[in-house]
Amino acid sequence: MLTTTLASVAVMGCLGLFLGLVIGFFAKLFKVASDSRGDLVTELLPGANCGGCAKAGCSDFAKSVVSGENPPGKCPVSSAEQVNAIARALGIDAGGGFKKRAVVRCGGDIHQVARRVNYNGVLDCVSAGLIAGGPKGCRYGCVGMGSCAAVCPFGAIEIVNNLAIVHPEICVGCGKCAAACPRGVIELVPIESTVHVYCNSPEKGPEKRKNCKVSCLGCRKCEKAFPEKFKVEGFLAHVRYDAEVLPTAGDVEAVKCPTGALLTASRHKEIETNDPEFSNE
Amino acid sequence: MNKSSRSVMTFKNGIHPVYHGKELSESAEIRTAPLLARYTVPLAQNAGKPPEVAVNAGDHVKKYQLIARASGFVSANLHSPVSGTIKGLIEVPGPMGVPAQAIEIIPDGLGEEEEPLPAMDWRTADPKALLERIAQCGLVGMGGASFPTHVKLSPPPDKKVDTLILNGAECEPFLTADHRLMLEDPESVLIGAAVMGRILGIGDRVFIGVEMNKIDAIHRLNEKAEEYGVKIIPLKVQYPQGSEKQLINAITGREVPAGGLPMDARCVVQNTGTAAAVTDAVLRGRPLVERVVTVTGSVVRTPGNWKLLIGTPVIEAVKLAGGVTEEPGKLILGGPMMGFAQKSFDVPVSKNTSGILLLPQDQAVNYRSGNCIRCGRCVQGCPMHLMPCAIAAAVESYRFDLAKKLHVMDCLECGACAYVCPAKRPLVQHNRRAKAEIRRQTAKK
Repeated sequence: MLTTTLASVAVMGCLGLFLGLVIGFFAKLFKVASDSRGDLVTELLPGANCGGCAKAGCSDFAKSVVSGENPPGKCPVSSAEQVNAIARALGIDAGGGFKKRAVVRCGGDIHQVARRVNYNGVLDCVSAGLIAGGPKGCRYGCVGMGSCAAVCPFGAIEIVNNLAIVHPEICVGCGKCAAACPRGVIELVPIESTVHVYCNSPEKGPEKRKNCKVSCLGCRKCEKAFPEKFKVEGFLAHVRYDAEVLPTAGDVEAVKCPTGALLTASRHKEIETNDPEFSNE
Repeated sequence: MNKSSRSVMTFKNGIHPVYHGKELSESAEIRTAPLLARYTVPLAQNAGKPPEVAVNAGDHVKKYQLIARASGFVSANLHSPVSGTIKGLIEVPGPMGVPAQAIEIIPDGLGEEEEPLPAMDWRTADPKALLERIAQCGLVGMGGASFPTHVKLSPPPDKKVDTLILNGAECEPFLTADHRLMLEDPESVLIGAAVMGRILGIGDRVFIGVEMNKIDAIHRLNEKAEEYGVKIIPLKVQYPQGSEKQLINAITGREVPAGGLPMDARCVVQNTGTAAAVTDAVLRGRPLVERVVTVTGSVVRTPGNWKLLIGTPVIEAVKLAGGVTEEPGKLILGGPMMGFAQKSFDVPVSKNTSGILLLPQDQAVNYRSGNCIRCGRCVQGCPMHLMPCAIAAAVESYRFDLAKKLHVMDCLECGACAYVCPAKRPLVQHNRRAKAEIRRQTAKK
C-alpha cells in the first residue's frame, strides 16, 4: 500500500518537474519583448478606460505615451500629480492645457421652457428626436431625457427637471456626452473657465423668448461690456474660451444679463438643484 | 392566385383592430369646401427633393398655376390651389413635428383659372406623353409615402413589371376617403388604373384590391371594370392589408424580397386617389391641387369626407365638420395606426393627407410601458414576419448591429406590434430609432 502511494507521488512529481522544465524552456524561446515602461504607465493611469484621450483604452494610451505620440497630460482623468508622476517615471515633459470640462449650454428646464407636446414615448433623446423632439418647445436646447447621463462613465451628469446638469467637480471632460447628444448642446470648454452662456438656440430673440424664459436674446450687453471676453454670433452670445483672461463671476454681475442666460457654472447648478421653488419632482 | 381555396384573399399575420370607426364617416358624401381667407401650401410634399419656388412674394397667381418647379427626377411640381396673391414663404408646423416651409397664398375670390392642358385620348396616346403629363401635373402617391407617381411608373429597363395593383384596401381604421371616392367616382379610378396600365405596358393584369368592408364600392367598381380591363379583388378585412408588400402578397402570392421594392416582385402599386388624379391630369388637363380628406373622430360634430384644397389649415377643416363637441385629446394626420400626432392645428393639408382624426381624451390615453413578458403577440402580428420584441430589446441596449441582423430595416412601421403588445411597449419607436441609426451608420461608411 505504502509503495503504491510512494510510486504514484514519485511518478507525478517527476512528470510535473519534466513538464515544468519544458514550459520554462519554451517560455524563454518564444519570449515577446515588451516595453516594461508601458506596463508601468498603465499602472500609473487611473484605469477608467473612458476613451477621452481618443485611444482605445488606458493601456493603448500608455503605449502612445511611451512612444512619444501623446504627452501624459492628455489623459483627461488623471490629476496633475498623477500626470507628473508618469512624466517623472519616463523622464519626459508632462504637457498640459488639454484639461476640458463638459458644459450643457442650456438653462431651459421644464419650468422655463414652453411645453410643446405631451410626449409619451421612449425616454431617450435620440428616440424623442425622431417623433417631435421631446416635450420642450425649443428645438435647439437640451431634450432632457438623459442620453448623455447614460453614457457618462463617471456619473457626472444629473437630470434635474428635464435638464442635464454637469457636476464640474466630477466631470473629467472625456467628451462622451458631447458625442451622444443629438442636439450638440454639450460643449467641451477649458477647465479654468467658470462662466458660460447657457443657451444654444440660433433663432431670433423674440422667437426664443416665446419658447424659453432664460434664453440668450442676442442683446449684445455682454459683448459691449467685455468685447475681449464675449462675442455675439447671429443672435447668440458665446464666451471667448480662447481669450487670455477668461470671464469671472464679477463680470457676470457687471453685465447683468437680462434673461440670466449668462451664468457661472456653480450658480447654474445651484438654481437647478437647490432652488426650493424648482424642487426635483 | 394566392390561397385559391379561400374565397377572400389576404396575407399572413397582421392584426384585426377591434374598433374600425369607419361608421362615423363612411355614409357621408364627399362635399366641397368653401373658399378660405388663407392657404399655406407646404413645399416639401413629395418623397425626394422638394421643388424650387417659381413665384415671388406679391405675384398674382391663377388657380392651377405652377408655383414650385420639380428640382430633379425624384421631385414633383406644385400648383396653386386658388387664384390670389402670393404673400411669401413662411414657416408652418410640419406633419412630422419639425417646422416646414410653405407658400402663403391669399385668395382674391375672382376664381381665375389657368388654361387647362389639352385633353388626351388615353387609349391612343403615346405612353411617354402620358407619363410626361403625370409628371407635369405634380402627381405623388396619395396613400401616405407621397412618392412621385411618374418615378414609380418608370421602372428601370432591367426590371420587368407585369402587374399593376391599385390599393383600395384602406385598412386604416377611421379613414373613408378612398372608400367614398371609389363609390362616388368609380369611373375616374378605373380610367386612372387603365392609363397607368397602358404606361407600364400591362394590359391584362391590372387589379384593384378592396377590403370586404367596402362591399358597395366593390359592386360599383365591378359595374364598369370590364370595360377598362380592370379586375376588382375583394380582400379580407385585416390590418395592414393596404401596405404595398402585403397587398402584392395577397393578390399575386409573390413576396417582395427583403430590402427590395415592389418592382422586384414585378409589381407596381398605386393608390386609388392617385388613379383619380391621373384621370384628372390626362382627361381634363388639371394638376393635383385638391384631394379627398376624411375629417373624423367621435369628438367631431359632423364627421365626413371633404374635397379639400392642398394648403387648407387643419383647423379650417375641423370647422367645416362643425367643430368639436368637447376638448380633443389628440390630433392625428392620417389614420390612428400610422398617422402622426400633431401639436398644432395650423398644420396644412398636403397631397398625402388622407385623414384628420380627432381622438377624445379618454381614447388618447398616455400609456405607461412595462417590461416585455415574452408573449410573442408582436411576432404573430408582424406582417413582415419580424420579431419586434427582440429588436426592441436590442435597441434598448444600443445594439443596433443586432437589430440589423433581425432585419429591422424591413419594418413597415405599421404599428401592428405596438397595437397588440399587452405591456404597451413603444415597439415602433424603437424600430424607427434603429432604422435611423443604421441609415446614419451606413451613410458614414
